[in-house]
Amino acid sequence: MSKIKHHLNDALLMSYAAGSLPEAFGLVVATHISMCDDCRARLGAFEAVGGAMLDDVATSQDVDLKATLALIEKGPKAPIRVDVTKLGLFPSALQDYVGGDLDAVKWRAVGMGVRQAILPTSKDASVRLLHIPAGCAVPDHGHRGTELTLVLQGAFKDEFDRFGPGDLEIATEEDVHTPVAEEGVDCICLAATDAPLKFRGLVQRIAQPFLRI
Amino acid sequence: MLTAGTSFDDSYVAPAGVCTPVCCTLEARKGRYRKVSTKEQEDLRLVECVLLIRDAQDKAAFAEVFRRFAPRVKAYLIKSGSDASMAEECAQDVMATLWHKAHLFDPTRASVSTWVFTIARNRRIDMIRKQRRPEPDELTWGPEPEPNAADVMELQQESNRLVQALSELPDKQRDLIQKAYFGDLTHSEIADETGLPLGTIKSRIRLALEKLRHAMK
Repeated sequence: MSKIKHHLNDALLMSYAAGSLPEAFGLVVATHISMCDDCRARLGAFEAVGGAMLDDVATSQDVDLKATLALIEKGPKAPIRVDVTKLGLFPSALQDYVGGDLDAVKWRAVGMGVRQAILPTSKDASVRLLHIPAGCAVPDHGHRGTELTLVLQGAFKDEFDRFGPGDLEIATEEDVHTPVAEEGVDCICLAATDAPLKFRGLVQRIAQPFLRI
Repeated sequence: MLTAGTSFDDSYVAPAGVCTPVCCTLEARKGRYRKVSTKEQEDLRLVECVLLIRDAQDKAAFAEVFRRFAPRVKAYLIKSGSDASMAEECAQDVMATLWHKAHLFDPTRASVSTWVFTIARNRRIDMIRKQRRPEPDELTWGPEPEPNAADVMELQQESNRLVQALSELPDKQRDLIQKAYFGDLTHSEIADETGLPLGTIKSRIRLALEKLRHAMK
């Protein structure tokens, strides 16, 4: 775990702590934190800021204690569930969306050997699993909005850096790069974006609406 | 398990009450602390209350926690865009959740304020935003049943230092942070350079995580 080099930034952690992230981004954040104790501790710090804000809020109205005690008598609405990392590649948060581990993913080919599976989330952002064969390139693309790419297996490199298991790449509007999956193991990533990617080739631009990437 | 006293200098006496709340009164603890502010005593008392809820289903302890937090949770929900009746319903629900999840509270990783904030935030997402809410996996099925007293003390003190540091920020920055936490800023409006003094509390939580990982081996 100590090998993770690329982490969540403050903005993502604060947004997650505040409960303002789109669901698709929330899934990437929760998956990374499941793999990274450093970011888990940083999230704890950002949540502590929330605690301080709550302490500080001006109050005007009381809440009904008796009604609350009656509610407690009825027992929890849903069973109290604690998700501890299961055996397998995916943390529980991700397994919930896939309906299982890696072998349960319903892949679709998107060309050039790359496969993807879009996971169902709210519409303000989208998230998918990507399967890139070892040694293959992901098409050169720029971004609109923000794109998060979390490596779950294998590794990819671009012109600037290497991203291995647990590493998170945060790409914004200005970033144009050509990620290539490393030789050896196929690369599996969880990628979220709040805008459609724009591919730079004409054919890819035409195909984009069909691929939904 | 009380192991605290051994590793700290003599000016510090471990708060026995935090570990065995049932046999400890606030008065007894007061005499044993040094350099503990009123705010810290309140915070440690809240930790004690949650452990009393967990171990003894203590309704008086619950009422104490309730008086402190229920009105704040309601105000938080109203500020986050909920109407008064929904905020009342949610606040009751948040406090009931605190009761049912008392066994999951880990005072070596969070103050009661922080823990209540996360429960309230989660409820806000569930009931107001109506989205699924992916959560990181837990490290274990629950925290250590008897948290290390010194670790609890350190974390609560660190939380207090953070509160202090936040209160010293310029008004403008403070308002912005409040807006962010009350859901008034989108994620793209939240800047990466937060300038918040979080280094020390982060290290404290990191240490608690390491201990937890170690205990699991």
